[in-house]
Amino acid sequence: MPLPLPHRARPLASRRAARRLAADAGLLVVALAFVLPLAWVVLSALDPHAGLRVKAPDGLTLEHFDAVLTDEITFTPLLNSLLLCGGATALTVVCAALAAYPLSRFRSRLNRPFLLTILFATSLPITAIMVPVYALFVQVDLIDTRQGTIFFFAASQLPFAIWLMKNFMDGVPRELEEAAWTDGASTLQSLVRIVLPLMGPGVAVVTVFSFVMMWGNFFVPFMLLLSPDLMPASVSINDFFGNRGMVAYGQLAAFSIVYSTPVILLYVLIARRLGGGFALGGAVKG
Amino acid sequence: MTAAAPHTGPELAKVPLGPPAPASARRGGLHRLLPRFLPLAPALVLLLLFLAGPIAYCVFIAFTDLQLTGQAEESFIGLENFRRAFADDEFLDAVWLTLVFTVVSALVGQNTLGLALAALMQRASRPVRTLTGGIVVTAWVLPEVVAGFLLYAFFRREGTLNAVLDWLHLPTQNWLFTLPILAVSFANVWRGTAFSMLVYSAALDEIPREITEAAEVDGAGGWRRMWHITLPMIRRSIGTTLMLNTLQTLSVFGLIWVMTRGGPGGRSQTLPLFMYEQAFQNSLIGYGTAVALLLLLVGALFSAVYMRLLRTEV
Repeated sequence: MPLPLPHRARPLASRRAARRLAADAGLLVVALAFVLPLAWVVLSALDPHAGLRVKAPDGLTLEHFDAVLTDEITFTPLLNSLLLCGGATALTVVCAALAAYPLSRFRSRLNRPFLLTILFATSLPITAIMVPVYALFVQVDLIDTRQGTIFFFAASQLPFAIWLMKNFMDGVPRELEEAAWTDGASTLQSLVRIVLPLMGPGVAVVTVFSFVMMWGNFFVPFMLLLSPDLMPASVSINDFFGNRGMVAYGQLAAFSIVYSTPVILLYVLIARRLGGGFALGGAVKG
Repeated sequence: MTAAAPHTGPELAKVPLGPPAPASARRGGLHRLLPRFLPLAPALVLLLLFLAGPIAYCVFIAFTDLQLTGQAEESFIGLENFRRAFADDEFLDAVWLTLVFTVVSALVGQNTLGLALAALMQRASRPVRTLTGGIVVTAWVLPEVVAGFLLYAFFRREGTLNAVLDWLHLPTQNWLFTLPILAVSFANVWRGTAFSMLVYSAALDEIPREITEAAEVDGAGGWRRMWHITLPMIRRSIGTTLMLNTLQTLSVFGLIWVMTRGGPGGRSQTLPLFMYEQAFQNSLIGYGTAVALLLLLVGALFSAVYMRLLRTEV
């Protein structure tokens, strides 16, 4: 074997190639570790004898999907999720767009303190206030109601939604609106007719982000809803343990896939639209 | 918005052109501000009723002995709940476990792994980059409870991890029983690394190529470039990522609930799970809320630090 050349003398190009190979290898190792749990859910959903570990399926079957795709197990919880998250997302986006407009367009000495409070609220651990929210909802009779849960979901998502929406709105030039103002358009008219259409991708990000966060949220509906027939998929998935005796892992995996697919599709949709890696991470960049 | 002080002469000039106010209100002051800031009202009402309200209520009941059932009237008991907490071994264990969980999974795990992945992605070939990014982000996008189940299956005695260890001829064990806090910490790394990876990727993309190339030509090796050039240039991203990871990790409930229920014997019971157990299993809403208030205060502290880091942006 020839002696390796001293480090510095090696040509830059070959050093780059070697480095790329090393980087690829490193990434693949991590990818392999990360993919194992994901492989389990896909393989188990199709395996007639699904267990707890990743293994090549003994033949392929759709029986688990068949078994879970019933009103009781899948469709009612998914519909509940849709009503809760859809309602709360709509409320969040409308309120956030309305709130962001004056914050972005008009100056007042209250803007800065308000925005700082909003920013502060975005990072408070919502988990911590769920016990008092429960106690409060019992007193005002909002416990175990869909509307109560929707209001709380919307309120908990609002700070971040307002913050994002305001930042996107700041990017829309104001010349067009100024023309509309001189023509006598009201605040609401210029917001709905001019600003929002110009910031379509921004509104899409806020909408998808709010929806995805709520769709996956377990603790809020777990605390605020009690009746089984109101439960969204994030809570009802726990019924695969306990209530039904032995755990049917194949069915659990099939249900997990059905329940996760909408948010994965939404994420792909929005990540494409905004160009790759940016998406939600870049929106809160430091 | 009623507290808005009226604008005086010189400041009025700075107010940008807005939609025409009714002629009678042209003078400025409240008449002028109110219609402009009226769109804030729905958001403000929601935030006050459903966010500020519960927080205020939280502060109130943390000082009472409110219980879940069979109690006519709660009474004010001052700092009793807090005194009780700090004398409660279970509480102190929960604080310790929360600390371990946060340090291992957020500060060390998510942050370091996210940075390493982002740095490797800068050099890797495109297909590998896309594949790895896709897998890591999928883990992040999955609903919390689904992630919990996947990792429960992964760490179980009969699960995938032991199968892999067996295949490598390494000793296996019942992870969820022997090292539950480590298992849930790794679960949180699996689930949360994508966020750090995305933020760091964006930050690294912004470093001008000339700088790294110049250093490379000067013969600075990979580690030295990382330490002396890259890290100082993305320090703001590091600060915000650390804060946000910590805040997110402090409020993890569903993941641990699904994997271990805080057990066995409370050995993976972090503060959110402890709070839940006191409030609902033991019916001590007042005590549970006092613990929640402490958690909220720690969160508020981190949140304030995070805002200092971002302060130039508002």
